[in-house]
Amino acid sequence: MSVLMFTLLVWVGAVLAGFLGALTGLGGGVVIVPLLALVFGVDLRYAIGASLVSVIGTSSGAAAAYVREGYTNIRVGMFLEIATTLGALCGAFLTAAVPVEGIAVVFGIVLLLSAFLSSWPRPEDNITDTPDALAAHLRLDGSYPTPQGLRGYHVHHVPLGFGLMFVAGILSGLLGIGSGAFKVLAMDQAMRIPFKVSTTTSNFMIGVTAAASAGVYLRRGYIDPGVAMPVMLGVLLGSLLGTRVLVVAQTQILRIIFGLVILALAIEMIYKGLTGGL
Amino acid sequence: MSVFGSRQKWSDERVEQVLGNLLRVGVVAAAVVVAAGGFLHLARHGGAPADHHTFHGEPQDLQSPWGILAAALALRSGGVIQLGLLLLIATPVARVVFSVFAFALQRDFTYVVLTLAVLGVLLYSLFVGHA
Repeated sequence: MSVLMFTLLVWVGAVLAGFLGALTGLGGGVVIVPLLALVFGVDLRYAIGASLVSVIGTSSGAAAAYVREGYTNIRVGMFLEIATTLGALCGAFLTAAVPVEGIAVVFGIVLLLSAFLSSWPRPEDNITDTPDALAAHLRLDGSYPTPQGLRGYHVHHVPLGFGLMFVAGILSGLLGIGSGAFKVLAMDQAMRIPFKVSTTTSNFMIGVTAAASAGVYLRRGYIDPGVAMPVMLGVLLGSLLGTRVLVVAQTQILRIIFGLVILALAIEMIYKGLTGGL
Repeated sequence: MSVFGSRQKWSDERVEQVLGNLLRVGVVAAAVVVAAGGFLHLARHGGAPADHHTFHGEPQDLQSPWGILAAALALRSGGVIQLGLLLLIATPVARVVFSVFAFALQRDFTYVVLTLAVLGVLLYSLFVGHA
């Protein structure tokens, strides 16, 4: 395959991944790595490097829009970013210590978990409960717009959320993904932050988390311009189109198709990892 | 809540507006530079066979911010693309730098310290963290 052909095909794949990722809320990163590694035969380290960079692009692009809508809790984001960036740094260092096959297996398992978590039933927004002392001290409590006006909420279980965010950071740095599903889990299930605030704040944090491992990736030579260029440009365009369509599209069928694609990719990643076929 | 007080020059809303613009400008600038490098790359190496199957790392000078800048100024296609990617990586870093100032203007010194800690991790990764 020539460089031109490779670039075009990867770009088309990245547009599709970004589009479906935005429509289903899973992000483009989770399918970019298996797509590059399994379909295009790209070395897993280059695939992870390219995916990580594209994650920074989509996260920052989407955050620009969300932040202005007033859902994002910037204090919660800033505070938890201490955990995610430290985790991401550890994860990035781990990629050198863990063999490629091991990374592939962990990736497959995380892929399955992300798809599963995103279909988890949402808890009712619990906003009439008592405040948490540590959250109050850190001024984490916030409010978000609803059709009935601004609604306040309390943040809970700060240490648990912080710990989960450290794990989310490790996964992000190890696998080159945004690990949005785990960040949302930490916020809406553990810290009981309203779902819409959790998803937008998670997105807000993904860029900074990924930037923390990107420096280490760059220094290790994981970020190849020939691979990262079509991936970054493609995912960015795809997710932009995806968020535009999101408002009008019937996403139920798409979610099922995308879920099946993820299931197939996850099994293939685990299989290739275990048999050493990468 | 004091953050909504009118005597403060930097309300949370104003901070959110500036943050949104900063992120948008960073992403657009990065995409433009990467695309320009991409065209150079395809024009010069489009016909060559693609080889990404085996990992051999990137050339030494494409592994550090200063080396990338030098390669981009020499108009090497790989250097221009990496410069764009570096701009993209710098976008969330710039967002954190801005947050330090925003929290300082709001006299929220707990968060100035917390944000500086995040900035420290990011700068360590970019300039110190080695393999």
